[in-house]
Amino acid sequence: MLAFVARRLIISVLVLFGISILLFAMLRWMPGDPTEALLDPLSFTGDREAALADLRRRLGLDRSLVVQYFSWLREVMQGNLGYSYVDGRPVTEILGDRLGATVRLMSASVFIGLLVGVPLGIVAAIRKNSWLDYFSSAGSLLMISVPSFFTALVGIYVFGIKLGWLPTSGQNTPGETGLLDSLEHLILPASILGLSLAGPYMRYVRSSLLEVLSQDFLVTARSKGLTRLRVVGRHALANALIPLITVMAVQLPALFGGAVVIEQMFAWPGMGRMALDAVNARNYPIILGFVMFVSILVLLSNLAADVLYAIVDPRVRTGQEES
Amino acid sequence: MTVSGHGDEHDPEFVVSTDLAPVDASPDLRTEVEPEDEGASGELSPSRLAWKRFLANRLAVAGLVILSALIILCVFLPVIMNLEPNAVDAAQFRKGPSDGRPLGSDSAGRDVFARLVYGGRVSLLVGLSAAFSATVIGMALGAAAGFFGGFVDGFISRVTDVVLSFPTVVIIIIVAAFAGPSLKVLILSIALFEWPTACRLVRGLTLSLREQESVVAARGLGGRSLHILRRHIVPATIAPLTVVATLLVAQAILLEAALSFLGLGVPPPTASWGNMLTESQSLTILESMPWLWIPPGAAIAVAVLAVNFVGDGLREMADPRQQR
Repeated sequence: MLAFVARRLIISVLVLFGISILLFAMLRWMPGDPTEALLDPLSFTGDREAALADLRRRLGLDRSLVVQYFSWLREVMQGNLGYSYVDGRPVTEILGDRLGATVRLMSASVFIGLLVGVPLGIVAAIRKNSWLDYFSSAGSLLMISVPSFFTALVGIYVFGIKLGWLPTSGQNTPGETGLLDSLEHLILPASILGLSLAGPYMRYVRSSLLEVLSQDFLVTARSKGLTRLRVVGRHALANALIPLITVMAVQLPALFGGAVVIEQMFAWPGMGRMALDAVNARNYPIILGFVMFVSILVLLSNLAADVLYAIVDPRVRTGQEES
Repeated sequence: MTVSGHGDEHDPEFVVSTDLAPVDASPDLRTEVEPEDEGASGELSPSRLAWKRFLANRLAVAGLVILSALIILCVFLPVIMNLEPNAVDAAQFRKGPSDGRPLGSDSAGRDVFARLVYGGRVSLLVGLSAAFSATVIGMALGAAAGFFGGFVDGFISRVTDVVLSFPTVVIIIIVAAFAGPSLKVLILSIALFEWPTACRLVRGLTLSLREQESVVAARGLGGRSLHILRRHIVPATIAPLTVVATLLVAQAILLEAALSFLGLGVPPPTASWGNMLTESQSLTILESMPWLWIPPGAAIAVAVLAVNFVGDGLREMADPRQQR
């Protein structure tokens, strides 16, 4: 087990290197100069070319790509992801500021996704081919197929404008800090992001439960006279829900992608909006920091999912791992 | 005739994909490798059986019909009707639906219906071509990884891991923002970051295929790698790959819509279903001009839903165990 974790950790570090090199090269090769965005050509007075060159030198952009990469890497090793090109604040500090809002949105979304997806999947599998099954299967496909920004538009239109039940912008009403106010702001964006997760969750729970239900030990349990409820509750569910751990880990990058759109639409002060702003301002250090952060999180959660999987399902441990 | 051969009877581009459900290829691989004798014996050939299974799935058939209808409408409506998606007319500023303009006009006084039709061309084109390119990239890399093994496999598999742990939307946003939004950039960047699913599938299939007698025999007879890959490996991966490709079409349409919505996809004035929705971030439009945002949003939803129905049908066809 320890060897397995160690091996995976080493691979993860290699993958991280790959990601950082790829990203670093990509950002630098792209047309578009960050210094151009820093010195506004309209309001700048004096020798702009000289000022640009000076700025490039100060930011280290005049050195070769390899040198830049290694100096960036050295800083990263010391826990410093660089400084924002726009206001000079440390990237770690900016990420930290935004983390809370994103974690709040994402955890609420995953919670809602599980709350909707898992029961639907269970019901669909137990009542296979009933109208309940068709209804929830079609529903999950709908949740997968409708783009979340369109759901968000409909949600804002119905609950924000027509019914006026929910606020549609920000984390709080300015000046308010109450729990109720925060919850009100959270419900709409989290439900919309959560529904896009519920679709895949439901489909996975359904097919995984169906597969488990057809296995010999469950047929035996039924023929011994155990009730259907007991068979499903005690034996089948435990086995069927294990793969969900992996599904949740695999979906993490997509969740961040969804958060970018939702945060943008609901003026949610999280990392997704920060990333979008940074892209528009050509703020390399923040983009790099954000993608590295997401990648580390994704790799760690994949590792955690594999370990958890091995703990709950002893069969995995014996098999040779296939990447 | 193989299971894959059947794809030629309708449009091979309508291929979609599955997400997380593992595609267990072994049962259909067998039909692929030794299908010839069965077809001759008077029973239904595997491709016929597969087609029957597909037709039995009513949702899949409905999806196929809707998708074909959408494509036909978007392609041929401009031919028979006089549609001008980019004609600006200040007098028509945000006018509601009327006789001449069934879906009203937008902020530039352009005909929303005409833009919906032309936008459909763009959105479907992006979806199909990006997914096709991603599938081809994934197939090539996956076949190479599985067939050559060793260093090649290690390298390709690590690259796959790297791309899989990227938040795709964010990366494509970065590429689109830096390279400047254009149709070409959009299709390329979707293809460049969506191939891993196809790659993993083909790699797994190739690993088992290369141990098949036919491949071993071909090698024993002196067949070169490229020949074996082309004649024996790639054709056998097409059927399961079709399912993945279908999913990628749905994915690509959604990505195009999201990026264009954020202003980083299809650049104006060209209409796409995604960028028609950009304006509706304004509360005024959202509140009082539903004709501007409901039609394109619904079009995306219907198209993606149809593609996903077809994908489900194809998956059940390729893997009878998952039949309802």
